[in-house]
Amino acid sequence: MSTAIETRALRKIYPAPPARKRGGPRTSTFAPRTAAPPQGVRVEGGGIAALDGLDLTVEEGEFFGLLGPNGAGKTTTIGILTTRVRATSGEAFVAGKNVRTEDVAVRRRIGIVPQIPNPDRSLNAIENLIFHGAYFGIPTREAERRAMGLLEQFDIGDKAQSKVEELSGGQQQRLMIARALLHEPQVLFLDEPTVGLDPQARLALWEVLRRLHREGRTIVMTTHYMQEADELCDRLAIVDQGRLLACDSPTKLKALAPGDTRIDLTIEGDAAAAAAACRTLDGVTRVDVAATDILAYAARGGELLPALIRAVEQSGARVQNINLAKPSLESLFVSLTGRKLG
Amino acid sequence: MNDQHPTTAVFFAMLRRDIRVARRELPFFLLRTALQPLMLMVVFGYLLPKMGMMQAGYTSTLLPGVLALSLALSAVQSVALPMVAQFGFSKEIEDRLLAPVPTRIVALELVVAGTLQGLLAGLFVLPAGRLIMGPIQGLALGNFPEIFLVMVLGAATFSALGLLIGCAISPQQIGLMFSSIIGPMIFFGCMYYPWRALDKIPFMKYAVLVNPLVYVAEGMRATLIPSIPHMDLTVVCGALVFLLALFWFFGQRGFMKRAIT
Repeated sequence: MSTAIETRALRKIYPAPPARKRGGPRTSTFAPRTAAPPQGVRVEGGGIAALDGLDLTVEEGEFFGLLGPNGAGKTTTIGILTTRVRATSGEAFVAGKNVRTEDVAVRRRIGIVPQIPNPDRSLNAIENLIFHGAYFGIPTREAERRAMGLLEQFDIGDKAQSKVEELSGGQQQRLMIARALLHEPQVLFLDEPTVGLDPQARLALWEVLRRLHREGRTIVMTTHYMQEADELCDRLAIVDQGRLLACDSPTKLKALAPGDTRIDLTIEGDAAAAAAACRTLDGVTRVDVAATDILAYAARGGELLPALIRAVEQSGARVQNINLAKPSLESLFVSLTGRKLG
Repeated sequence: MNDQHPTTAVFFAMLRRDIRVARRELPFFLLRTALQPLMLMVVFGYLLPKMGMMQAGYTSTLLPGVLALSLALSAVQSVALPMVAQFGFSKEIEDRLLAPVPTRIVALELVVAGTLQGLLAGLFVLPAGRLIMGPIQGLALGNFPEIFLVMVLGAATFSALGLLIGCAISPQQIGLMFSSIIGPMIFFGCMYYPWRALDKIPFMKYAVLVNPLVYVAEGMRATLIPSIPHMDLTVVCGALVFLLALFWFFGQRGFMKRAIT
């Protein structure tokens, strides 16, 4: 098996957004136009680190997931690997080509399904595919043949001549997958492909992705849905604040999760003091504080509940809400970051 | 996998896409680009002279200006407007940005397509002007290479300006583009008056030289109505080539900045 993707110490520092001035003509005319302000960790010099030394390896034929909350650096990673974002430092190779120095060769080898469908709205569904093919040097007749095949495969064959606005969200997403596959890329990237889809469309998309995976394609997908990552991916990288926290198969990752039940208590009052009180209880292995929540880990979660509530009340606070969570990717994530996901 | 698949083929595929879209939208395109110049010609070239409120001969001053305006406006709009939308919210341009060609080729294609649209607008308005305003002095077969040269340079310059504007403004500022850039450009673009008539107002005469529309209008005047005092054609062409290079340089730089962050 050879390597489909490799990144070494990948860093991306965005310049800090300038302080907003009101009414200044310069800032209003030439304001930063990125869709969303860069999220990440502030670094020295005022920049924002969206990626902070990411090392990843994806093997050929793997279904690889990048899992993390919004702002973790997933989209930046995909951006760098697909040549649309330039890394501040570090190196990245896709299908053996350097994304910085061989960007055209990389683009030839990848297909991209964006977070929000971006079909060419001036063209109908099949024209979207045929012109995409033309950009990749596929003759019209051949592109048309492949396009019809893909549209049929994704159950939108009857929409070939439709305007893209006439397609539902799920259909547009499938059109985007068809477009990404038309030039038979070696690596398929999907950026949060199921965000905004209804449950039915999401399941249909999962089916499509499973089929593509069975056909032996390398797939890299970002998601912040634990279940999605768990169900689909061979291997997962958990990223947060631009760093890789863990990388393994979902099963092994789940084994890494604290074996205990997690008890989330939403606190009214001083959460830190309440947490300190909980830490003194027998059977509690760990207590984290996340804003107004206390996250307590215990082997016998349910049995400890009355004692926890008493401890909180004795500290002078009140319990507003209680939630019990079994070991899962989510509890692993929470234990790695001390924060809840998305 | 064929890595030798040529860049030119991708370029022409993108051009084909633009032509397909433009052909589909031709009626709207003509309405958008030609209605204003046509109304100008009807009012200034037909109604006012008929009423006796306009000196005879003004028509011939105006026609080259109207032609320059329609050509320039259509070139600049056909690049800038879709770009603002496609970079700003629809992100449609991404499919082309991810095509296996150097990103500058995508910008170049936009400028070439815009130039063609500018030419198309000019070639539509010219015969219409002839019909409404009567014979045009310089409209002879022998003059065609010169007329065409000015039209191509003018359309290309404004198309490159469209690239520059399209990269620099956000969707919310499209209105601003018309009121703050296009508006002054029209009124101070020597469209309603020949440049040499500004001899009496030296400050204005030199201030308007930053306006690219001046050169297109004067170039049209020099080739179509040579009897009106006009700017020298070499100066016109030199200025347009210079502005084209300038706009392209900053336009493609802005484009690269937006395409690759």
